[in-house]
Amino acid sequence: MSTSTRVETPETAGATERTPLLELRNVGITFKTTTGDVEAVKDTTITVMPGETVAIVGESGSGKSTSALAAMGLLPSNGRVSEGQIFFDGEDITHPSRKRLEALRGREIGMVPQDPMSNLNPVWKIGFQVRETLKANGLPSTDADVAQALKDAGLSDAEQRMNQYPHEFSGGMRQRALIAIGLACDPKLLIADEPTSALDVTVQKQILNHLDRLTDEKGTSVLLITHDLGLAAERADRVVVMQKGRVVESGPAQALLQNPQHPYTQELVRAVPSLTPEDIGAEDEGAAADEIVSIKDLVKEYKIRGSWGRSTQFRAVDQVSFGIRKGHTTAIVGESGSGKSTVAKMLLGLEDITSGTIEVNGRDISTQSGKEWFDFRRRVQPIFQNPYGSLDPMRSVFRTIEEPLRVHKVGDVASRRQKVHDLLDRVALPRQLGDRYPSELSGGQRQRVAIARALALDPEIVVCDEAVSALDVLVQDQVLKLLGQLQEDLGLTYLFITHDLAVVREIAHDVCVMESGRLVEVGSVEDVFENPQQDYTKHLLDAIPGKDLLETA
Amino acid sequence: MPEPQKTVTEHFVAPVLEDQGRAGIENQLDAKPSNLWRDAWKSLRKNPIFIISALLMLFVLFVVAFPGVFTSASPNSNCMLSNANGSPTDGHPLGFTNQGCDIYARVVHGARASVLVGFGATLGVLVLGVIVGGLAGFFGGWVDAIISRVMDIFFAIPLILGAIVLMSVPVMRQNAGIVTLAIVLTVFGWPQMARITRSAVLEVRHAEFITAARSLGMGKLSILFKHVLPNAAGPIIVIATISLGIFIVAEATLSFLGIGLPPSMLSWGHDISAAQPQLRTNPEALLWPSLMLSVTVLSFMMLGDALRDALDPKGRTQ
Repeated sequence: MSTSTRVETPETAGATERTPLLELRNVGITFKTTTGDVEAVKDTTITVMPGETVAIVGESGSGKSTSALAAMGLLPSNGRVSEGQIFFDGEDITHPSRKRLEALRGREIGMVPQDPMSNLNPVWKIGFQVRETLKANGLPSTDADVAQALKDAGLSDAEQRMNQYPHEFSGGMRQRALIAIGLACDPKLLIADEPTSALDVTVQKQILNHLDRLTDEKGTSVLLITHDLGLAAERADRVVVMQKGRVVESGPAQALLQNPQHPYTQELVRAVPSLTPEDIGAEDEGAAADEIVSIKDLVKEYKIRGSWGRSTQFRAVDQVSFGIRKGHTTAIVGESGSGKSTVAKMLLGLEDITSGTIEVNGRDISTQSGKEWFDFRRRVQPIFQNPYGSLDPMRSVFRTIEEPLRVHKVGDVASRRQKVHDLLDRVALPRQLGDRYPSELSGGQRQRVAIARALALDPEIVVCDEAVSALDVLVQDQVLKLLGQLQEDLGLTYLFITHDLAVVREIAHDVCVMESGRLVEVGSVEDVFENPQQDYTKHLLDAIPGKDLLETA
Repeated sequence: MPEPQKTVTEHFVAPVLEDQGRAGIENQLDAKPSNLWRDAWKSLRKNPIFIISALLMLFVLFVVAFPGVFTSASPNSNCMLSNANGSPTDGHPLGFTNQGCDIYARVVHGARASVLVGFGATLGVLVLGVIVGGLAGFFGGWVDAIISRVMDIFFAIPLILGAIVLMSVPVMRQNAGIVTLAIVLTVFGWPQMARITRSAVLEVRHAEFITAARSLGMGKLSILFKHVLPNAAGPIIVIATISLGIFIVAEATLSFLGIGLPPSMLSWGHDISAAQPQLRTNPEALLWPSLMLSVTVLSFMMLGDALRDALDPKGRTQ
């Protein structure tokens, strides 16, 4: 194996004849399982040139992370590269020796993992964890070096911060620390596996901007793995789209986005709300619609227990007032901790109201008797975020959807069965699914079951708390369209809680923007998106990935 | 030596395969319906430890229910001192005790008391432990604080020591019997079950499906019994099976010490105790009831272990 190709003479340094930094050539990856071998990645070719940023896009299970892990030799013990070759800087690293692999990692290929919450060791100080990386790669590791690495990753007060533990860091700061570890040894290639998926959009933007600047300065190549096509197109030079373990399309980001060729890519581009917004749900009837919910000066305070029995009041929701129009969708947007979910929980009667009022159909809900509450719950139903947590794993789909009817003693056995079947039809699930258990369903199917359960009692208001945030973009698009269809058919009123402004633009009629418990802006979706009044709203809108592409497209 | 890649900026489009393109809603139903219990059964069916222990347990239960099938000899009457410490003879395959009773008949009939005390105490522990632990875990706050402290107090008292003290109280001595013994073992055995239930309940208490049930207007108790406890069933069943073995041993221990079942009742513990003085001359009288006790307890313990492996999804490899 010669490395002579690394030498770039003026003749060969042309843009089309350089040696790729990383090349996966017709790679297949096979996992051994108890039910036989599973080929997770098939015939996949991915090339990353020096200094280039390449994004792999795909839904969960498409093999995008597996392909990248193979390049670092980090496949789980039951997985192996069964076909093809992997080259790093001209060197075959398909089946490297342990020693070569250890030399590659950190020094040549760095990694920023997905989950900033679990990828830092909670018992060691941040500085120690950075120093460990430097030491392992034989680089100078004095305090000054460690602080410099953290500073480079955009962490202010690095000298003090390096002596703190991970739990003292916010999500964004942890991700910066992980970037510091990933880039500490000036690798030639940085693999970033969903580096910002767990973060708020504004933090995501800061982190990605910083990562861009850093890799530009150092000339680092980046292999970015993401499920967000908008983000990929915005950040990468080239985009590789994967589905079911295969590359379906790859090419320059702009070209691929504006002129997708493969039917899957076309569908994906159509489904991304930030790239191709479309109106979902009932027509806006303007002021003609009555307010079904009116919220006035709503306040929620939590007691935070301090030491020695002292407690301080924390205002999660502060003087919030807005109305929800009947048959329309009102969205509350904000970052985590903005109090948007707390408002929803108070409307659902799951949290007590500290002060202020919520009136539903002109009735103050906090003065309702137990009996009135019980009837109230028939009219207001929730759909939750996590399709894996919102269904009882011990109950079949049929029993889950039937339960609201049983609890409220609606109909007899036969009519309930008919109702469940109607509901399954409505959410486009086959009736045979009734005797399945949640663990057998996909995320999208589960969310459909949760919608069917919420609709069982013919509610007027449905509170969707991040109802589509955990779904893959295609599934998200389907569920949003289903919700829109149901609104048109049944005249439902939605309160839609989300952090994703692109989704809001598609489904909502009215928008409330919340920031640390306070309502900063209320208005129709057109007003808020076209003509935001508050800096915070502008800031949020700016952070939508792929937004600029949309405007130039 | 790899060929240098010529152009990397080209727009590559894969040929469209049948299973690609339109993603649609995947509504195909593959494989058979399955759930936790069906999956558990699937893995248990192939587990030799489960098969052996289940067969042994069924055998023991059969002996308890129909001792007459195994022996026509009476365990108590027809004891003739002329047979004392006698060797096996026709119709008396295991020989005779010091009192001239048929060892085989005594071992067969002795199973009933041990197993009944075991089942009775397990049932008591299940009812008391699951309710108390469920309430503590589900309601939290001061309910949990009080229950947990009481639990700690009982936890500090060893099962056998507590039972010895309580069985020495005259009222208990006079009413000694299967029910009394089961109650005494329940009193000192429930914290284990309560603690397991409490932690299992804590795990699911904040799940979104519980919030969904609350939004339906379901009462707290009906949520506890319909949604929370069924999800905690796995660990509860495992602990119940293992406790069964522990309680059978406890009964034998107490009877051996002379403060368990009254002497008039047949029990392996009594027989072991009675055979002790003749250990050198007639070891069979001690050997057979001990062996039967060990096999029974072992079968329940192994069953519990096998169930734990099958019901704990973390331990299961896909």
